[in-house]
Amino acid sequence: MDHADDAFDLPFPHRHLLGTQNLSRGDIERILDLSERFIDQNRQANKHRTDLYGRTQINLFFENSTRTLTSFELAGKRLGIDVINMNTEVSSTKKGETLIDTAMTLNAMHPDVLVVRHPDSGAVDLLAQKMDCAVINAGDGKHEHPTQALLDALTIRQRLKRLEGLTVAICGDVAHSRVARSNIHLLNTMGAHVRVIAPPTLLPTGIARLGATPFIDMREGLKDADVVMMLRLQRERMTGSFLPSVREYFHYYGLDHDKLACAKPDALIMHPGPMNRGVEIDTEVADDIHRSVIREQVEMGVAVRMAVLLLLTPKQGNGGPANG
Amino acid sequence: MASHRIAYMNGRILDPASGRDETGHLLIEDERIAAVGPDIFPRGLPDRTEVVDLAGLCLAPGLVDMHVVVGEPGAEHKESFASAAAAARAGGVTTLCTLPNTDPVIDNVALVEYVLRRANEGSDVHIRPFAAATQGLAGAQLTEFGLLKAAGAVAFTDGDRAIANANILRRALSYSTAFDALIVQHAEEPTLASGVMNAGELATRLGLSGIPTAAETIMVERDLRLVELTGARYHAAQLTTADALDAMRRAKKAGLRVSCGTAPHYFTLNEHEVSGYRTFAKVSPPLRSEDDRRAVVEAIRDGTIDVIASQHTPEDPEAKRQTFEQAAFGVVGLETMLALGLQLNMSEGVPLLTVLACMTCNPARLLGLDCGVLEPGRPADLVIFDPEAPWVVDSKKFRSKSKNSPFDERPLQGHAVRTVVDGRTVFVRRVEK
Repeated sequence: MDHADDAFDLPFPHRHLLGTQNLSRGDIERILDLSERFIDQNRQANKHRTDLYGRTQINLFFENSTRTLTSFELAGKRLGIDVINMNTEVSSTKKGETLIDTAMTLNAMHPDVLVVRHPDSGAVDLLAQKMDCAVINAGDGKHEHPTQALLDALTIRQRLKRLEGLTVAICGDVAHSRVARSNIHLLNTMGAHVRVIAPPTLLPTGIARLGATPFIDMREGLKDADVVMMLRLQRERMTGSFLPSVREYFHYYGLDHDKLACAKPDALIMHPGPMNRGVEIDTEVADDIHRSVIREQVEMGVAVRMAVLLLLTPKQGNGGPANG
Repeated sequence: MASHRIAYMNGRILDPASGRDETGHLLIEDERIAAVGPDIFPRGLPDRTEVVDLAGLCLAPGLVDMHVVVGEPGAEHKESFASAAAAARAGGVTTLCTLPNTDPVIDNVALVEYVLRRANEGSDVHIRPFAAATQGLAGAQLTEFGLLKAAGAVAFTDGDRAIANANILRRALSYSTAFDALIVQHAEEPTLASGVMNAGELATRLGLSGIPTAAETIMVERDLRLVELTGARYHAAQLTTADALDAMRRAKKAGLRVSCGTAPHYFTLNEHEVSGYRTFAKVSPPLRSEDDRRAVVEAIRDGTIDVIASQHTPEDPEAKRQTFEQAAFGVVGLETMLALGLQLNMSEGVPLLTVLACMTCNPARLLGLDCGVLEPGRPADLVIFDPEAPWVVDSKKFRSKSKNSPFDERPLQGHAVRTVVDGRTVFVRRVEK
């Protein structure tokens, strides 16, 4: 079996993974290269490695999440880490009140890596300042979700063999999406052309300055796109008067065969999940086995998170257990 | 016969009300100014006069800060009258006006009397309460403007809440004319101002919800129409945007009885101060773009802005050590206001008298206070400051109970070396060599 020794030996130039904004092209390539090594292994019967045997990973989730939490948990366990999940669903005011105290408490337990999801932008940065261990952002408010962007990049690279020069259209609730922001930064760094498509109420101010060309018309935005990345529309946005109705939203911004025809014939269809079928994506399109890579995204997620955990968890001193 | 005379000699005497800026002297007899000017002692000093030599220092009216939140009653751990007064003395502030957004809200006569009694119990700066414009700050039912003013309230405001209902504001303005009361508005349209920082590229980058400048402009434009309708006296507590300042400029030209203020952070800092989710730079209204910051500076220079107030809003560490979205709004400012005003003179070239007018005679005139002017017969409320003295802000040394300053560790120049209230020296800064 291929070991990850070489990548493990080189120090990764970041202590935490808080976003994709500060990742260089080299950093991203290194994460993706290392992730690729885990793809095959994850498909085998014996998935267990011991690279990080004896380390402790705490998944601290202040927001409901099934797939991201499971993905991080599996990634850690497959590297031999002891994984603890903490689901801290509390009222929104209490979340902030206890955040720094929570960090201090956790710090006293000496984890080696902390994976955090929080509904407030910047909350993970704040925690990272108080922790002695590596901190991975598993999504903070409307700010960043770096491992999602990395797994998206890995999925695209697996299918299309490159990122540079591709046209990627990100469609939907861009204003409230951390996935969109992380993808915009990462794809720009990798030399892709990024477009965002949304109704004006869901396009944030100054998005073009972040490196994404905005489109109001979905057909125009999808024209000749290599990748169509759909975002989840949170239904509560409807009552926030961002949009008048699901029906109208689907009519203009839902991905169906008709609109998809504007993109390149072999364009990939992506979605970070969970999907609202019939809201932002038509069931037939979502299940198109030739073009929809939604399930692959989930698979790549575990591999990417293993790579990130491996790179960020400091190498144990001499005498540590051998790799798997 | 005067029992106590003090002569402040050979200082740079700055009196923005009269335009005086010259080397001279100022004589105090008991609590009041007896004489001011370069030649007030043609036959030498009167007998039994204490002399203070000001060589190289400036003497100006004590600052009048018309926007101070004190945590009393209800949040004494953030700031008490005593700690606010201590901060004021160190900052050269001789009169501070307290906002009514306390717990309970200062919306009836008994509470105004309470504030006046508690605040001035042994306090050696003047503390004047604003009263709530609407009961409980709920924006629905007016308070008793007449009785409250008679009890000592100097103006009416819902503090950090806008009077959002146009009809209520119309009635407040209309009713206030019976008592020539000043209505002070937090000019932010609340449904637009639901975010946590200035709307724009940076907010998008940080993933924080933004407050568009239109939140301020719309409110100011609307309010000015209501002022036109009612003929009332209206003051926008702090303006931060070029557009709202233009609206104010036009209204003044049209002869409306309107005025506006700003705070040092709005002419010193811009929205980039919140990068890295710095909660100490979270204020309401939010810090704006660099263009808006410059517009504030220009509006002070051309007199559109009448008042610079500290917008002193003490918050304990628990309220600020939060995520940006959940942290409290507000900064402390009593102890940095003078230095930041002086910086406006030094860095931006705004005339020193113009800056000082915004912190002395202008607020005093708006509030009908007998201070802010260096004139015989007026109370001897003075600040003596060294405009050159370099210092570094160390919030740990603040007299204020709260330390939430975005200027912490920032080098500044100029500060109060002596503060005089009613003729008595209440603060002297020991010079550290």
